[in-house]
Amino acid sequence: MTLTQETHDELRAIAARYPEARSGLLPMLHLVQSVEGRVTPEGIEACAAILGITAAEVSGVATFYTMYKRKPVGDYHVGVCTNTLCAVMGGDLIFERLKGHLDVGNDETTERRPEDKASITLEHIECNAACDYAPVMMVNWEFMDNMTPQSATQLVDDLRSGAEVHSTRGPRLGTWREAERVLAGFPDGRADEGPSAGPASLAGREIARERGWTAPSSNGTAGETAGEVPEEPAQREQAVAESDDTVAEQAVVEDKSPSGETAADKDEAQ
Amino acid sequence: MSDSVTGSVKGTLTPVLTDNWGSERSWTLAAYEAQGGYGALRNALAMAPDDVISAVKDSGLRGRGGAGFPTGMKWSFIPQDNPKPKYLVVNADESEPGTCKDIPLMMATPHTLVEGVIISSYAIRANTAFIYIRGEVLHVIRRVQAAVAEAYAAGHLGKDIHGSGYDLDLVVHAGAGAYICGEETALLEGLEGRRGQPRLRPPFPAVAGLYASPTVINNVESIASVPSILEHGAEWFASMGTEKSKGYGIFSLSGHVTRPGQYEAPLGITLRELIDLAGGVREGHSLKFWTPGGSSTPLLTADHLDVPLDFEGVGAVGSMLGTRALQIFDETTCVVRAVLRWTEFYKHESCGKCTPCREGTWWLVQTLAALERGQGTEADLDLLLDQCDNILGRSFCALGDGATSPISSSIAHFREEYLAHLQHGGCPFDPAASTTFAAEGALA
Repeated sequence: MTLTQETHDELRAIAARYPEARSGLLPMLHLVQSVEGRVTPEGIEACAAILGITAAEVSGVATFYTMYKRKPVGDYHVGVCTNTLCAVMGGDLIFERLKGHLDVGNDETTERRPEDKASITLEHIECNAACDYAPVMMVNWEFMDNMTPQSATQLVDDLRSGAEVHSTRGPRLGTWREAERVLAGFPDGRADEGPSAGPASLAGREIARERGWTAPSSNGTAGETAGEVPEEPAQREQAVAESDDTVAEQAVVEDKSPSGETAADKDEAQ
Repeated sequence: MSDSVTGSVKGTLTPVLTDNWGSERSWTLAAYEAQGGYGALRNALAMAPDDVISAVKDSGLRGRGGAGFPTGMKWSFIPQDNPKPKYLVVNADESEPGTCKDIPLMMATPHTLVEGVIISSYAIRANTAFIYIRGEVLHVIRRVQAAVAEAYAAGHLGKDIHGSGYDLDLVVHAGAGAYICGEETALLEGLEGRRGQPRLRPPFPAVAGLYASPTVINNVESIASVPSILEHGAEWFASMGTEKSKGYGIFSLSGHVTRPGQYEAPLGITLRELIDLAGGVREGHSLKFWTPGGSSTPLLTADHLDVPLDFEGVGAVGSMLGTRALQIFDETTCVVRAVLRWTEFYKHESCGKCTPCREGTWWLVQTLAALERGQGTEADLDLLLDQCDNILGRSFCALGDGATSPISSSIAHFREEYLAHLQHGGCPFDPAASTTFAAEGALA
């Protein structure tokens, strides 16, 4: 397949979003996948030429990130979370069931039978930040929450038959290539589909509403609410008394013990 | 935000960020502005940037991505005499196992984040900001893209924002699948179009971050908390929480609880209080172990139900608050199986740059997998701890350190269970019993 002029123009447009063009490489590779169905040698060459880097440098990036595929992906990428929590809650059994049901292994694509309208690539995936909906599956990176072996097999049967399927808290499912185009930064107009949030996301909010619990009030003026929490334990009554120095001290302590940080801490570690 | 006065009594919830999540079309600009959204931005633009930094410092807000570094202090490290452009980068690569708060926030109320980005960028004098979202959450990316487009159209982004003379461009950037990109310097590598491998620090990003320019990197929830501070005041924020861990935070309960979900409360609430709110541990079962802040924070047990969930309280019992990702496991769960799976995750996600992490996580899996199969001897537990010792603190970033947390803590709390695998010749647990569909007999 030859990349069209339009695709080359869109690849350049992605690079132009950034102060330095190479920053566009990750979304550019998403665009290549949306057009080619995988990261192809031609796509790699096109990115390299636009960014003025070598094909080897582009390949190095394409092979680092797990969302980039070197083999053709089916119409639907079906991911089953088998990280610990989802695995324990049923993800392992769901993944085993789907492998048997679809007769494929991990990271393999179904043969298209005469009656099929679509093919499926099955993969076990890592934590997708939806643990309160475990066990979780993703179809083309849309959430499929609270799955069971039965609902999982029904899902893939529906996808293969061409039936319309919706994310459990998102839009109607499109193809994998359509999803990759959105990831490249070209919106598909579906942002308004689906709910604000799923039920688990609203659990605490609903309890607070039932019981009349809110954050303290303020009139936008600093300090007015400090005296409104007399029921607090002693440690909380000191809350407003803290000085910058205390915070600074704490920061210094943290800075001196980098090995005490975990990967969970990583994004805020200074 | 609320205007009633029930206050933050211990054990109660304080929805601020989550307050509008269920509102009709909550993700739109119209819904956000109807709730007073972008009012804090106008407050901020009327202030000097340094005063915005002071307000965030005074609030006591500490980073919500895990490490708890004071946010305002991080901003003040940006050298304003450096002639290079300054950048704000939002870390929306939420991937720590168990962590699931930023994703629903961006899906339900992306404008809270966008408003926070504008105020924070103004404070550090950045004219370009980025939101780096993990690629595997398509609908979340759609909602954030749409919110940014709406904010431009409304004049909240772009040139001369609301006549202030301040310009800001905001780019939404989708990642491509790499846990390591949640580490801030690996994230910068990804944002520069490279393999996501952490950088040696110093220099810290505040001095030489994106494009070797001064850069602030903050978690989604940290930045999303900023508008509330500018709207209600630093003292209001600091009136919640504990002495050194101020404010509210989203606590994410998952696993074997009756009602998993997001519970926003002052820092310092306990797991006992949260589990009570969530309807208790799964009916007919009891708590066995839990993570306070994702899989990289050492496991705790039922002995720790009354630990205040703030940075100091969790630290005092040998773990870390992390991202408040409370994964709850009941007695049907095999801790060895759980730990092995996390270890396989760290092995898979190790970027390969540093030898102790790249090789060490591989060896951890070999040793643990044999134990889980009932092979090996009790001496392998010491071997595991020795391997952990050779990983901890020996790499550029904390991924390898995180890999050791579940292993060393589970051996400390559940040594007998490891030995039971050896005596039993394999795992003594029924994996079906821990599933959500176990009660229905739904395995057929």
